[in-house]
Amino acid sequence: MSVAERPQILSTRMLRSELRLIFGRHRNIAGMGVLASVPIIIAVAIAIAGTPGPGEGPTFLSQVTSNGLFVGLAALGAELPLFLPLAVAAISGDAVAGEANLGTLRYLLAIPVHRTRLLVVKYAAILIFTVTAVLFVAAVGVVIGLILFGGGPATLLSGTQVGTAQGLWRLLLVCGYLSVCLAAFGAIGLFVSTLTEQPIGATIAVVGLAVISQILDAIAALSPIHRFLPTHYWLAFGDLLRDPISTDLITTGILSATAYTVIFWTAAWARFAGKDVTS
Amino acid sequence: MGTGVTARAATGAMRGRAPEVLPAGQAVADSPPSTDLAVASNGLTKRFRGGQVAVDRIDLAVPTGSVYGFLGPNGSGKTTTIRMLLGLIRPTAGTHSLLGRPIPAHAAEVLPRVGSLVEGPAFHPYLSGWDNLRRLDAADRHADPATAKARIGAALERVGLTAAAAKRYRHYSLGMRQRLGISAALLQPRQLLVLDEPTNGLDPQGTREVRALVAELAATGVTVLLSTHLLAEVEQICSHVGVMHRGRLVAQSSLAELRAGTAPRVHVRTAEPTTAERTLTRLGLGEVASEIDGVSALIGAADPTDVVAALVYDAVPVRGFGVQAPDLEDVFVGLTGEGFDVSG
Repeated sequence: MSVAERPQILSTRMLRSELRLIFGRHRNIAGMGVLASVPIIIAVAIAIAGTPGPGEGPTFLSQVTSNGLFVGLAALGAELPLFLPLAVAAISGDAVAGEANLGTLRYLLAIPVHRTRLLVVKYAAILIFTVTAVLFVAAVGVVIGLILFGGGPATLLSGTQVGTAQGLWRLLLVCGYLSVCLAAFGAIGLFVSTLTEQPIGATIAVVGLAVISQILDAIAALSPIHRFLPTHYWLAFGDLLRDPISTDLITTGILSATAYTVIFWTAAWARFAGKDVTS
Repeated sequence: MGTGVTARAATGAMRGRAPEVLPAGQAVADSPPSTDLAVASNGLTKRFRGGQVAVDRIDLAVPTGSVYGFLGPNGSGKTTTIRMLLGLIRPTAGTHSLLGRPIPAHAAEVLPRVGSLVEGPAFHPYLSGWDNLRRLDAADRHADPATAKARIGAALERVGLTAAAAKRYRHYSLGMRQRLGISAALLQPRQLLVLDEPTNGLDPQGTREVRALVAELAATGVTVLLSTHLLAEVEQICSHVGVMHRGRLVAQSSLAELRAGTAPRVHVRTAEPTTAERTLTRLGLGEVASEIDGVSALIGAADPTDVVAALVYDAVPVRGFGVQAPDLEDVFVGLTGEGFDVSG
């Protein structure tokens, strides 16, 4: 009870508090609703209007009716350019800037919460949110897909047919890969969040970065720099749907995401550790 | 081995000097080593980017157990100083310590024993008062989760917010917000409270309650550093005072010493100050000093009519005679060249 007691080194209390804050906030609950609406819209639209022909619409859309699992994949593919980065940017941009904006940052630091510990907890919460958001989109897609189109054998991109269990496993791998990719964006968001007291500004900056990266990635003349773009390897998740799995791009994608994570996490720490908190 | 234990026990016994603020019904547990100064700084300076010197070489000395009024007009550098004390901003120069330990080196060890209110309360608007305190408690590695409920309840009770505990912070009035800020500082037993303008925004009733609370806490032995721009607040609850003016600490002493400067003085206007000085000295008056057109001295217990009689007896040509007592505000205006808001 006394403050003289040895501090608890490994306590998840602060992280749990952080998660309660994120998942209890109305704005974020509404955001999750938006994320969930995409697979539902896709599934319902296809159920009503019929399958688009091959090459029409987003990836995997043409396979949706063959197996409900593809609704999850189609939704992830459709949300990857904007909605998922936006969700991660909203949470990560808010991480430090949000507390600074409210003034709660000074009280957390005065408790005291060591600045490194604050960044670790904030980033852990961003990671958990990212994984949750990706799994949520996939899960909603799978559920609505199975309801509307049923399960059964799924045809992979390489033409091989696999069962529902194997299909689900591949979907999980895709979720894992996309989480790693988006986690790098979370680190960028955390860094930007240490630069400002305006959480919205941080979020817009991170979303802007995702969009610009994808625009640059689409300009063929810039191909020499493409592999350095933070979004370049995102679409490689399709390789997880081949038989056998093609690991080249996936591995590079994970390395790229890890590099971005390490660089921006370090930058966030370097920036925040010695920063004057005047908010 | 045995001697070591004995020595430690002896040190422990000596440590009883700095008691803690305790949530209701708590026994004093382990106290840290006692020091004479709960807050000490040496040449503490903050120069912001752009060259503005917000705090200029101040040497704070807040005695353990005191209620130290950190007085100064708005913008005089009080909050910047407090931010430096708590390690929120880095001093440009100088050093400081809290509870006898240098900061920021020992911040992790000292700050859990320091409760603070810095530049007004700040909480998550969409969380309730209770949830906001729970969040702060969750972030405190020194807080025992098993007692969290009891401590949060006691802290809210202490500031009279029990009824509003479940209400969202955004619906709190300014006064309730201020109280919640104070209750956050009381979540744990403290040895030092750093309260920046704790009565800001409170109505007269709330102001009285907060001042009574501070006095109550101080009575248990906790040191309070209380920043304010209200002279009345200092006069009512402080034992010591430091006066800030444009980033400088222009005065620092106990209130008793400062009041000595406000003792009534006799002023004698005369063309023969030397004779008058001799008379006043003979009468035993203190601090005899020459003025532009005469002399003055502390009147003390002497009867002014006796002083006049003695002057006349000594053939001092008295042109004017008076007894005046400057109040504290005159002292501060003399120190800062500016008035204080004394309405509080």
